[in-house]
Amino acid sequence: MVANRRGWIGWLVGGGAAASLASFAYPVLRFVIPPKVSEAPVNEVTAGKATDLLVNSARMIRFGSRPVLLIRISDSEYRAFDGMCTHLNCTVQYHQEGRQIWCACHNGFYDLNGKVVSGPPPRALAQYEVHLRGEDVIITKRS
Amino acid sequence: MEVSARVSAVKQWLDERLGLEPVREFLAHKTVPKHSSTIWYYFGGITLFLFGVQVATGMLLLLYYRPTSTEAYESVQFIVAEVQFGWLIRSIHSWSANLMMLTAFIHMFSVVFLHAYRRPREVTWLSGIALLGLTMAFGFSGYLLPWNTTSFFATRIGTDVAASMPFIGEALARFLRGGDDIGGATLTRFFGFHVAILPGITTALILVHLALVQRHGISTPLRVERQHRGAGAQVAQLPFVPNFLVRELMAWYGTLGVLGCLAALFPWELGDKADPFAPAPAGIRPEWYFLAPFYTLKLIPSHVWGIEGQVLGLLGFGLLAAWWVTLPFWAAARDGALRVRLVTGAGVALIAYLATFSFLGYTR
Ligand code: HEM
Ligand code: FES
Repeated sequence: MVANRRGWIGWLVGGGAAASLASFAYPVLRFVIPPKVSEAPVNEVTAGKATDLLVNSARMIRFGSRPVLLIRISDSEYRAFDGMCTHLNCTVQYHQEGRQIWCACHNGFYDLNGKVVSGPPPRALAQYEVHLRGEDVIITKRS
Repeated sequence: MEVSARVSAVKQWLDERLGLEPVREFLAHKTVPKHSSTIWYYFGGITLFLFGVQVATGMLLLLYYRPTSTEAYESVQFIVAEVQFGWLIRSIHSWSANLMMLTAFIHMFSVVFLHAYRRPREVTWLSGIALLGLTMAFGFSGYLLPWNTTSFFATRIGTDVAASMPFIGEALARFLRGGDDIGGATLTRFFGFHVAILPGITTALILVHLALVQRHGISTPLRVERQHRGAGAQVAQLPFVPNFLVRELMAWYGTLGVLGCLAALFPWELGDKADPFAPAPAGIRPEWYFLAPFYTLKLIPSHVWGIEGQVLGLLGFGLLAAWWVTLPFWAAARDGALRVRLVTGAGVALIAYLATFSFLGYTR
């Protein structure tokens, strides 16, 4: 009987302690999960004057919180790609001699359609729309 | 293998590598005196527990808090409005800071009234006083961090008071503010004090304090000691493990209950963002534990006997503090006899002063 009562008390105390610990852990676990920050979605940015960029050169444009690589292919043609390598998210750059997009981190190469030419990147770079509005170059998300 | 056999195998494995046997042996024999004033001995432990709460919730706040004058207020707003349970964590940190201040004061005054500071515990008293000062510094530095109107002006007043100290005032105020006035530099500095420098020093000093308490054992109140000496008997002892430990844990659990209720039912306010160019709003006053000196300084006329009132007030506080810090040394007469009445009277007088002036400071 005594042993039985001890057993009960043990369970009660242990259960109470466990429930308490759980009630401390739960808010803490929820707290450390970062809440979603609702950034105003960016759909369009102005990337400067058309004449600012020479043929066969490129510039990094801030598109919301992402880098976008704007390349002037010829007098009249511009292309824009997501600036983050599909391999491990390094920021890519334009390789003038090779006329390719190059990622320095693990030597990944993409062509001017964003397709992988060589190296470890698993997927093509996402492409953005580019058009001219008067003097300005406008970059928009592809729908 | 049976469960109990497996447990003892693990125990043996650990024992061999960590040498836990002496620790267990020590804990099994540690005792604390048992008498009717035992309840006052829990407040040191409760203060320690609340410090633990501060460290835990403080580290959580650090995950989102940003210590710059442009972002601090917004980041705290983000914590209370967006982060799940963020309001609760912040409210616990604020309430626990205040409770910790209160329990530290109770602990100090129980040491005074039970005369626990007496030989050989003078250094324990000094380390305790230093810890109380550090706790106040924690409160003062933390108060600025949300960068709201009240905290901004309270800090301006506080550092201005420091500036009016004779000789070192200007240098001290510049050191505290990280410049000539309160601004982003002050916030960065207070943040550094609050989350790195003070926690480091405090942790070290707590270890010293506890080591000294362990070294000398818990004191027995004079009254109890006298009764037993008269009867020629030993003071009754309570085993530390499990009896005292379980009681202490229950005290902590009760404290946590009070803290949880306060934090959940009265969430700590955030107020408006500090604007250095706006006039100070009416009714600016510091946290309650700085109210008594604040109100005293308000009462002193601008000049007394040709000395600036503020300076005179600070000198007075300096003397008062020195007198209180050295309590164990003037408490004993030349022949070693304790001036019990004098100390008790001093304790009562100090409580009376703090209580009335805090009350007046709060209501006027
Ligand atoms: C390692 C220990 C600690 C860390 C890491 C820490 C961290 C922080 C942080 C990040 C804040 C700003 C967030 C906010 O204002 O809500 C803060 C505020 C504060 N802290 Fe601490 N803290 C610690 C210990 C303490 C202690 C021991 C005390 C008390 C005596 C204290 C009292 C305060 C106060 C009064 C505030 C202002 C609360 C407010 O109005 O929001 N802190 N602390
Ligand atoms: S991250 Fe670009 S190639 Fe590895």
